Amino acid sequence: MAEQVYTQCTVGGPVKVYVENGVIKRMRPIIFDDNDKGGWTIEAKGKKFSDPRRTTLNPYVVGERMRVYSENRIKYPYRRKNFNPNGERHPELRGKDEYVRISWDEALDIVAGEIKRIRETYGPAAITAMASSHHNWGLLYYKMGPYPRFYNILGYTELLDNPDSWEGWHWGAIHAWGYYWKLGHSDNFDILGDALQNTEQVMFWSVDPNTSAGGYCAQDTTIWRHWLRELGIQRVFIDPYCNATAAHVGEKWIALRPGTDAAMAEAIAYVWINEGTYDKWFVENRTVGFEQFKAHIVGEDDGIPRTPHWAARICDVPAHTITALAREWAAKKTMLACGAMYGTGGACRSAYATEWARLMVLLIAMQGLGKPGVNIWGGVGMGAPLDFNFNMPGYASAGWDAFATVAKHPAFPDRNTVTQKVYRILLPEAILNPPIHWHGEGFCGQYFDQNLKPMTYPEPGPNGAEIKMIHRHGGSFISTMTDTSRWVRMYQSPKLEFVVMQDCHWQSETRFGDVILPASTNFEHMDLSEWTAAGGYGHGNAGTNHRVMIFQHKCIDPLWESKPDWQIYRALADRLGFLEEYDEGNSEEEWMRKIFDYSDLPKHISYEDFKKKGYFVVPLPDDYKPTVSNRWFYEGRPCDTPDPLNPNLGTDRSHLLATYSGKIEFVSESLTKFDDNDKERPPLPRYIPSWEGYNTRKLTKKYPLQMITPHVRFSYHTHHDNKNIWLEDIPQHRIKKDGYSWWPVRIHPLDAEKRDICHGDIVKVYNDRGAVLGIAFVTERIRPGTIHSYQAGAKYDPLEPGNPGSIDKGGCMNLLTPSRLISKNAPGMANNSCLVEVCKWEV
Amino acid sequence: MAKYGMIVDITKCTGCYNCFLTCRDEFAGNEYPGYSAAQPITGMNWIRLIERERGQYPVVKVAYIPVTCMQCEDAPCIKVAQEKAVYERSDGIIIIDPVKAKGQKQIVSGCPYRVIEWNEEKQLPQKCTFCAHMLDQGEKVPRCVESCPTDALIFGDLDDPESEISKLLASGATEVLHPEFGMKEKVRYISLPKKFIAGTVIYGDVDEVAVGLTVKLSSNGDSLSTKTNGFGDFEFEGLADNIDYNLVIEAPGYKSRSIKVKTMKDVSLGEIVLKK
Repeated sequence: MAEQVYTQCTVGGPVKVYVENGVIKRMRPIIFDDNDKGGWTIEAKGKKFSDPRRTTLNPYVVGERMRVYSENRIKYPYRRKNFNPNGERHPELRGKDEYVRISWDEALDIVAGEIKRIRETYGPAAITAMASSHHNWGLLYYKMGPYPRFYNILGYTELLDNPDSWEGWHWGAIHAWGYYWKLGHSDNFDILGDALQNTEQVMFWSVDPNTSAGGYCAQDTTIWRHWLRELGIQRVFIDPYCNATAAHVGEKWIALRPGTDAAMAEAIAYVWINEGTYDKWFVENRTVGFEQFKAHIVGEDDGIPRTPHWAARICDVPAHTITALAREWAAKKTMLACGAMYGTGGACRSAYATEWARLMVLLIAMQGLGKPGVNIWGGVGMGAPLDFNFNMPGYASAGWDAFATVAKHPAFPDRNTVTQKVYRILLPEAILNPPIHWHGEGFCGQYFDQNLKPMTYPEPGPNGAEIKMIHRHGGSFISTMTDTSRWVRMYQSPKLEFVVMQDCHWQSETRFGDVILPASTNFEHMDLSEWTAAGGYGHGNAGTNHRVMIFQHKCIDPLWESKPDWQIYRALADRLGFLEEYDEGNSEEEWMRKIFDYSDLPKHISYEDFKKKGYFVVPLPDDYKPTVSNRWFYEGRPCDTPDPLNPNLGTDRSHLLATYSGKIEFVSESLTKFDDNDKERPPLPRYIPSWEGYNTRKLTKKYPLQMITPHVRFSYHTHHDNKNIWLEDIPQHRIKKDGYSWWPVRIHPLDAEKRDICHGDIVKVYNDRGAVLGIAFVTERIRPGTIHSYQAGAKYDPLEPGNPGSIDKGGCMNLLTPSRLISKNAPGMANNSCLVEVCKWEV
Repeated sequence: MAKYGMIVDITKCTGCYNCFLTCRDEFAGNEYPGYSAAQPITGMNWIRLIERERGQYPVVKVAYIPVTCMQCEDAPCIKVAQEKAVYERSDGIIIIDPVKAKGQKQIVSGCPYRVIEWNEEKQLPQKCTFCAHMLDQGEKVPRCVESCPTDALIFGDLDDPESEISKLLASGATEVLHPEFGMKEKVRYISLPKKFIAGTVIYGDVDEVAVGLTVKLSSNGDSLSTKTNGFGDFEFEGLADNIDYNLVIEAPGYKSRSIKVKTMKDVSLGEIVLKK
């Protein structure tokens, strides 16, 4: 059969898919044709910068066909051998049991039967379900579509996400500058143009866009970092690791100890105050609480002036370098690149990370946030000229029911009769040792105080129930959540009567399921989407050079016995008697057509043409005018950025931020009101020594090395590693030795030499929580005293399967990270506050 | 008729491996009769990346150098092949005939760049074809070039003086990876890493970085000078290998410093403290 070319989308970029004889042969990025619009040119400092006329791909989706056809695909439905829904369940064998192939009918009958039984016995709150990001892509038939619509109609305990990639921004920065609807990070409207035209220097603080911008945005903005170099804009990196972006364009690398970033920030403020080199007008007119902050910085409150010498001892960076950093910053128009979705360098996922994130806002406030060339620029990975007024729902626009914008009866937010919630990062504790208490309703984007709301599981009263069933929809917490052997123990608990794993591939968590349902990849069914768009809380945060809408064609039939998620949930809804409510009688494509009609696409292109071409590049209006983030705030006028969720729009506070005072708060009024005695997240932010840091004496004797585990570069979380085998030929990802593909552990030559470790040795990284084997990568790019190993290795490979305490050979570093949360009222993960030791492993 | 060549701009390569993975995507399990037999599903590297870490903590740079068939005008693989199994097309692309070359393992070792690999299953030497099968269908560039997000790979017609590649060649900014092989490679490079000497100057008495201070570097017949920046850092880049240099730092009121440095590797001198 002749070659057919389809269009699809992935978490790492949209693709053209070439199919011959029913087999995917290759995938390519989209090269725009002469009819595609969306072009822009920015004139800056005598040069012109234009958009590349194409989309890009992130490396881990370049070989996506290898993932589609991977031997690791789940081919059939399975039942765990020693699980009998009508007899003995043997939960203790989860993780070390065998699997028996069963038919779809049998599998769905068990799942539907268990759902019925558990609801009748314990109530609907006894079931929870969770999807991960992002093993597929698509607006309707993937994450926020099939499973949440199903469970919202059925009723279930919502498993709230913690804001995993940007914790400190969510729990901290909100209290400095508002932006709660952006989950703590700022928007980045038109910042690219502002930066190219006006900025003289970029401080990349704990951020690595070459690594983490690719999740969603492929490599569209890599060229921007090169443009900074072309314009002679100075580039400084502050990070314990000389990260991938620093290696590409860094001019200065300041390698501080992990967890000490807030101390360096305080010292920078000290230099500015001492030398008078900050924007006094802005501080006076656009902030509150500065006098108290100033008194604290110079040591009037506790007798400890936050000088560069004070910070030098903590950060292990010379005082003269910290002073030079502060002076360079003040002397040049400087963008602070951090926060946004790319706040994934590590500083925001540490003990007391709230303090660092808040201090980032305060530092940029001291230099005049929003004035030309001065802003917080999320990882230098967002802010191209894009038309955000073009309406297309992102995958999170309607919350936990992607169909809601067009459904007759939305299933979110009101359809779920269960009010009980549980929290992802505390799920093992919730199952094993309830009750649990925490603050904040997951992604707290609906109102300011949502992140302060006290929560309890189980919910007191007749509507609460302990969870007996988990339906896990794609992905793996093992290797992404902290102290992940907790999940092994959780799954092996008899308190969990039934576990369903629904996924495309055998992930680290899959073998803890009682029933395994094989799902198809998005290439095996149709859908539509916007490239990169989360929508909702991610509105306006496109990190690409264009907004591109994709008609995701079905490229091949579902492989083996897999089914699209949508069909799986339809079959379950049918058995449970609510199919009509679930799909409202619409076919797959009818739902897609409704979304198409709801969007602004019909203003530009017919459905048939969109379907034929496969993609649409949103044009820029002829009268497009850049509206730079926070410029309106700086200038004291109403917000003019296309930010529809800004609650102040159209009110008499439209020129203000969303904090209580409307200004940037050096002393947080919201935290003062909430708990002014919280020593771990005080109203006035400050460096607080980590509870597992370089100076935690009771631990450093045994475990003297700090370990950081930033987001992985050559996989999106756990979704590509161990599925696309080509990734194992990339030495920065895995290194083959003795017939195994090992996960790299980066270590400084001095630390390696002390331990008689050479480059390429197999090493054991360990602490009291567990032990992980990896391969030593001796490098000058990590500071002495610190180990670097990416998180999200997808191969949980215990030497003793089923033993939660077993050594893992596959490289799941999160087995070693602490379950303790950022602070008592800030329930975020602190992966990067981790002490370990490393030794040679000779077996 | 075009004559194809490629220029690799090292400053733009970020080590993303798109080129490597894209080449696999095009050729692993996919055959193009007359051009190339299929690669096995994994294991071949018709384009590979050399990662070179330069310097010492905390002054470290990384250069990524993509290496593929250099499409030599004076190709040794053509010479060692029998039965004319390797030939140059009129557009300059060197092809290993996937039928005639069977069993000719000597073709693999004929290439000093080691870009020809042995397909054990098919008993064939194989290498990059500049995606000739695609170019012949009217595609503009090989897939690696298409997949590079920063346009570090520049492909074009060497016979067209207006092409980007010709202009870059004419500017004199390009060089061959191993000029000593003398094979008239049509794949050339911009900004291949040489050697650097870097350091940070501190005024010891006040413990402050020295800003705007002149630093001089000299060797037999070479004299360079630069100024420290706002961090007290200085750097001399693009230096030749294995040269004995003398670095001199002078500041009024301080004892001058003179340091001998040999560029056996990139040298990060660390902090140089000036004393009164």
